[in-house]
Amino acid sequence: MFVKHSRLDRFMLALNAAFLTLAVLIVILPLIYVVIASFMDPSVLLSQGISFRISDWSTEGYKMILTNPAMLRGFANAVFYASAFAVLTVMVSVCAGYALSDDRMKGKGFFMTLFLFTMFFGGGLVPTYLLVKNLGLLDTVWAVIIPGAVNVWNIILSRTFFKGVPNELKEASNVDGASEMRIFFSIVLPLSKPIIFVLALYAFVGQWNSYFDAMIYLDNPNLHPLQLVLRSILIQNQVDPSMISDQLAAAEMKRLSEIIKYAAIVVSSLPLIIMYPFFQKYFEKGVMVGSIK
Amino acid sequence: MQNSIQVNHRKLAAGRKSSLMEYFKKHYFLYLMLSPALILTLIFKYGPMYGAIIAFKDFSPIKGILGSEWVGLYNFEKFLSSPNFEVIFMNTLKLSFFGLILSFPVPILLALMLNQVRRAGVKKNIQLFLYAPNFISVVVVVGMLFIFLSPTGPINQLFSWITGEPVMFMSRPEYFRWIYILSDIWTGAGWASIIYVAALANVDPELHNAANLDGANLLQRIRHIDLPTIRPIMAIVFILAAGGIMSIGFEKAYLMQTATNLPTSEIIPTYVYKIGLQSGDYAYSAAVGLFNSIINVILLLTVNFTVKKLNEGEGLY
Repeated sequence: MFVKHSRLDRFMLALNAAFLTLAVLIVILPLIYVVIASFMDPSVLLSQGISFRISDWSTEGYKMILTNPAMLRGFANAVFYASAFAVLTVMVSVCAGYALSDDRMKGKGFFMTLFLFTMFFGGGLVPTYLLVKNLGLLDTVWAVIIPGAVNVWNIILSRTFFKGVPNELKEASNVDGASEMRIFFSIVLPLSKPIIFVLALYAFVGQWNSYFDAMIYLDNPNLHPLQLVLRSILIQNQVDPSMISDQLAAAEMKRLSEIIKYAAIVVSSLPLIIMYPFFQKYFEKGVMVGSIK
Repeated sequence: MQNSIQVNHRKLAAGRKSSLMEYFKKHYFLYLMLSPALILTLIFKYGPMYGAIIAFKDFSPIKGILGSEWVGLYNFEKFLSSPNFEVIFMNTLKLSFFGLILSFPVPILLALMLNQVRRAGVKKNIQLFLYAPNFISVVVVVGMLFIFLSPTGPINQLFSWITGEPVMFMSRPEYFRWIYILSDIWTGAGWASIIYVAALANVDPELHNAANLDGANLLQRIRHIDLPTIRPIMAIVFILAAGGIMSIGFEKAYLMQTATNLPTSEIIPTYVYKIGLQSGDYAYSAAVGLFNSIINVILLLTVNFTVKKLNEGEGLY
């Protein structure tokens, strides 16, 4: 580009750079603060906030978090829920999206309307809860994984993707006498890695970060995912007494409660924050494919 | 004659039937592939729609959905005439409406600004930072709000240095909406700019060059080249957001609620949760939820209709 900039333009560009810097700072300063605070000595944190002297730093918060049974169990549960949910969602949406992308399917319009309608209207919270309850799914892992597995948006995404797969590919193998099942599994599916990856990422992140379904469907604390454990620590201020040994007094509990919060935030957000830059282009792809519709 | 016609009919019918059979035989795989999604949708999406008829009943779990007695619109009247109605309804509307108005322009501004960053590496890094909060869970975001805005938190350390007194951000009702909306922008604005950034990247640089030669300055080029490019996307995003005004999420508002900020923080979804699942008043809660869904559908249809009307004239595009 050989745009020549006038003085006014150069001023505007400088202003632009300043505003963007400000935006980045607004986004990352709170995060940096949390990370630094999580490494503080609890007493220093409580009395004077964060400090940059190495002698004021400690890893006490992390020791608390990483030895806490509720936290570890929540972590393990979250990994399981998010993975199982991702697998199920991907299977359901890819299959449905493929079927609905095929022009030879009769009743396609009807099925699509059936799915789309649920985007705009639903039975509501209580009827859904009663249904899950009547199906006997309360307090089972299925309550978190199954009801949300079918997602119209994902079906649309994968249908859009499969519509882009050239028909000649399918027709050529059809002539060779391959069954539709073989065409799907040996020709179309290997081409669909990008869409599978995008859908799985979105499903995994969504489930990892959600707390609501688990809160209403799961009473048993052994089944609670990470976000529910975090909720009790961060929002309900209930630091699990087992985190702090019995001999320690209430004062000690108060001393440690802040540092535990910071460490919990870092530990729970770290996996996604580390993972995300590597997958950024896939996440963006998801947004773009969805927008074409 | 009569006979032969009948026979022909029968043959035709049989032929149609067998061709349908043949069709299924040939393409059963497509329907097999659709069936998991179809079954799950029928059970978990349409099932609750059937269950929603308890909104019109005096529902008791023992009698079941069919066994309970009809009470007509009693539950709806109860909600509409309850002293809470106006407050909760307006809280829902205000939170979404102000949220929409304040959040809508931010991603557009970010995209226009990012578009002026010419070094690709720098641009990519800025995007990396701006998108990151999208991956932080709502529990953590609200947890951070409680920590940062607590009377002894870092923000108040600044404030009390200036005013001498801490501000009770999380417990005062007048701050709830601001905190909710601004933190929403913090989490989502970067991510929402992706779609605009991509559209702007497709603008032919020659256009900018030509405009520059003609003496157009940066602001004029943004106004006459960049903005028209993204206007259709702006319209779509706005319509979708406006149509979803009543479908505001439960998750964040519920976490942000404190005993004292309820006058502004109680919205229809949190109310439905409390009366339904915490107090067990299933039928009433289902009615409130249904009321919300219906308003939402009406809103969506209205917005859609208006846009169609406008589009026939000069309208949004």
